[in-house]
Amino acid sequence: MNELFPLKQVMGFVVSLVLTVVALLVYFLDMTFARGIAILLITAFLQAGLQLVVFMHAGETEDKGAIYTNIYYGLIIALVTIFGTLLCMIWGYE
Amino acid sequence: MDYFDRFAVPHPSFGIYASMVAIALTVIGIIVGITYYKKWGYLWREWLTTVDHKRIGIMYLISALLMLFRGGVDAILMRAQLAVPENTLLDAQHYNEIFTTHGIVMIIFMAMPFIMAFMNVVVPLQIGARDVAFPRLNALSFWLFFMGAMLLNISFVIGGSPDAGWSSYFPLASNEFSESVGTNYYMFALQISGLGTLMTGINFITTILKMRAPGMTLMKMPMFTWSALVTNIIIVFAFPVLTVALLMGSMDRLFATNFFTTSNGGMDMLWANLFWVWGHPEVYILVLPAFGIYSEVISTFARRNLYGYKSMVASMVIISLLSFLVWTHHFFTMGQGALTNSIFSITTMAIAVPTGIKIFNWLFTLWRGKIVFTVPMLYSLGFIPIFTIGGVTGVMLGLSAADYQYHNTMFLVAHFHLVIIPGVVFAMLAGLTYYWPKMFGFMLNERIGKWAFWFISISTCVAFFPMFLSGLDGQARRMYTYSEATGFGFWNMVSFIGAMGLAVGFALIVYNVYYSARYASREIGSDPWDARSLEWATHNPVPAYNFAIVPHVASTEAFWDSKKKGHVLFPGDYAKIHMPNNSGVPFVMSSIFFVWGFSFVFGMWIPVILTTIGIFACMAHRSWEEDHGHYLSVEEIERTEEQLRGA
Repeated sequence: MNELFPLKQVMGFVVSLVLTVVALLVYFLDMTFARGIAILLITAFLQAGLQLVVFMHAGETEDKGAIYTNIYYGLIIALVTIFGTLLCMIWGYE
Repeated sequence: MDYFDRFAVPHPSFGIYASMVAIALTVIGIIVGITYYKKWGYLWREWLTTVDHKRIGIMYLISALLMLFRGGVDAILMRAQLAVPENTLLDAQHYNEIFTTHGIVMIIFMAMPFIMAFMNVVVPLQIGARDVAFPRLNALSFWLFFMGAMLLNISFVIGGSPDAGWSSYFPLASNEFSESVGTNYYMFALQISGLGTLMTGINFITTILKMRAPGMTLMKMPMFTWSALVTNIIIVFAFPVLTVALLMGSMDRLFATNFFTTSNGGMDMLWANLFWVWGHPEVYILVLPAFGIYSEVISTFARRNLYGYKSMVASMVIISLLSFLVWTHHFFTMGQGALTNSIFSITTMAIAVPTGIKIFNWLFTLWRGKIVFTVPMLYSLGFIPIFTIGGVTGVMLGLSAADYQYHNTMFLVAHFHLVIIPGVVFAMLAGLTYYWPKMFGFMLNERIGKWAFWFISISTCVAFFPMFLSGLDGQARRMYTYSEATGFGFWNMVSFIGAMGLAVGFALIVYNVYYSARYASREIGSDPWDARSLEWATHNPVPAYNFAIVPHVASTEAFWDSKKKGHVLFPGDYAKIHMPNNSGVPFVMSSIFFVWGFSFVFGMWIPVILTTIGIFACMAHRSWEEDHGHYLSVEEIERTEEQLRGA
């Protein structure tokens, strides 16, 4: 039974539902902008990671290395672009 | 009649009317010519529907050369206008349109297809593959690029050219300050050809990662293939930024959104920011394949293996990462504080380190080599000193405090031309001469080629060195005229003479193609340069399937080993080969894209809707189409091989 039951997938599904509910709370509860955005960002990244690993099988084939390198490279460039833009346009702007 | 007024050029002149007539005559001439010689079927079967990477490469090459001449004529016009003070050859509006077009054409529609041409022709051959991973997608890439280029090129006779600079900064590029449809052309032409480029990126990463010959590990790939891999990775990560920026810009212009406006919460500087987040990696997208070509040429003609293979690869990977960290150096004077500017100054300095490593590796490859001074080698050797001058002045510009002095002057113009011309154009001309026999089966004449090289390299210096001086004296870029009292006249006249020299050099290249096509020997074998990598291991002309037997590789220079060390390159027997079918859908779909872009430019919504449906119909057709390709039988391969060996 243990071998047949897709525990990982079911848990993944439950967790993704929980993350969705938490994200929805931002809309239904009254909270500050900063707190709301923080919750949305964190749940969004967790959700994306979960989907990639559990349901899109990112780490299960032999080209796992290429897939993760690609994701990390993309993440680094996205973060650099966003924080660099904030630095130029807002924080460092005089 | 009001409806058709929008297609009129807002700022006509004799030159533009003459161009209209010339374009009409050329189109009629081409149609009549093709019909007279009954070549429509040939054109459709062999070129418009082809999915063969070699033919697509040749089409990229022809487009790039055509655009080189278009951009070159623009350059000559600009230099002629500035040659003497208070010249009236061009007025301000025309000058704006011409320098904008010159920039876009040279970067997006000349340099890009040139590198795509070499990637297409060379990469599958170098890794021992039969074609790219997605041949049909490759054809779509080319046709999207081509239609994007054509869309931009008709702008100066229908509706007016873009005139806000190739970087098209807002708010200048907004409806308020650029009233003609020119900037719409910019947005949609770049968008369409950018889609093609992004597809090429995905296609070539897959090809290089998945389709290498047995035994060719990543660290045994030839250097040009490595540079293509790194370039395509940069493309995939950089181009989406351009796509989004262009989309936002188009929406600002067509649907009155406020992304880049100065009011209603918009931020005009965000355009400059996003443009250069793409624009700086774009510089490396252009220059890395050029470095790859230099690596091939230098090791072939120094008769040595490339010095420092691992450090070459490492420096390219580091460049690919650093290229995303420096974009703010394009607008140091926009108002960021000293801290921000210093951060980006330091990352800019850092990128000179891996580039320096590459230069030293080439020098060490040359050291104790038996150097053969062929035309491709001359370009590679000329590249090193001229590029270094361009690079050193780049470091000067990268010092953010000093940049306040150089910013927006001719000093900057001199710098980037002295980087791009030796860095990219010389490499493309080297590659053109080097791979010409592979593509067309005969060699270009060496003597005329050397004349062209000397004309081009000396004229490059004559044309651009004076700009350093007039720039430091305060001549601003993009200024359509100046007074005699400024004293810029002398330097600009020298520049104009250099520009004429460049024109002579390129005319010599055209003459060389004509002369060699007529007189050069066709009996050149498959390895005329005594080269080292796999693209020279197959026949000349290359059969459709590239290699009858998939090559087996044990080092970075498998072909050299097979010539000198008895390595067996093609073990085994012929087997049937699976080949992709030709398809006209990429051409049709891209043509629809052309009409789609044109309709958007003029805000004609009914054609926009119809063509959008057409585009989706093409994609749906592809999704439900059953196309399993076809097989070449062993007998057919034997027959082809026999024929090619006999030749």
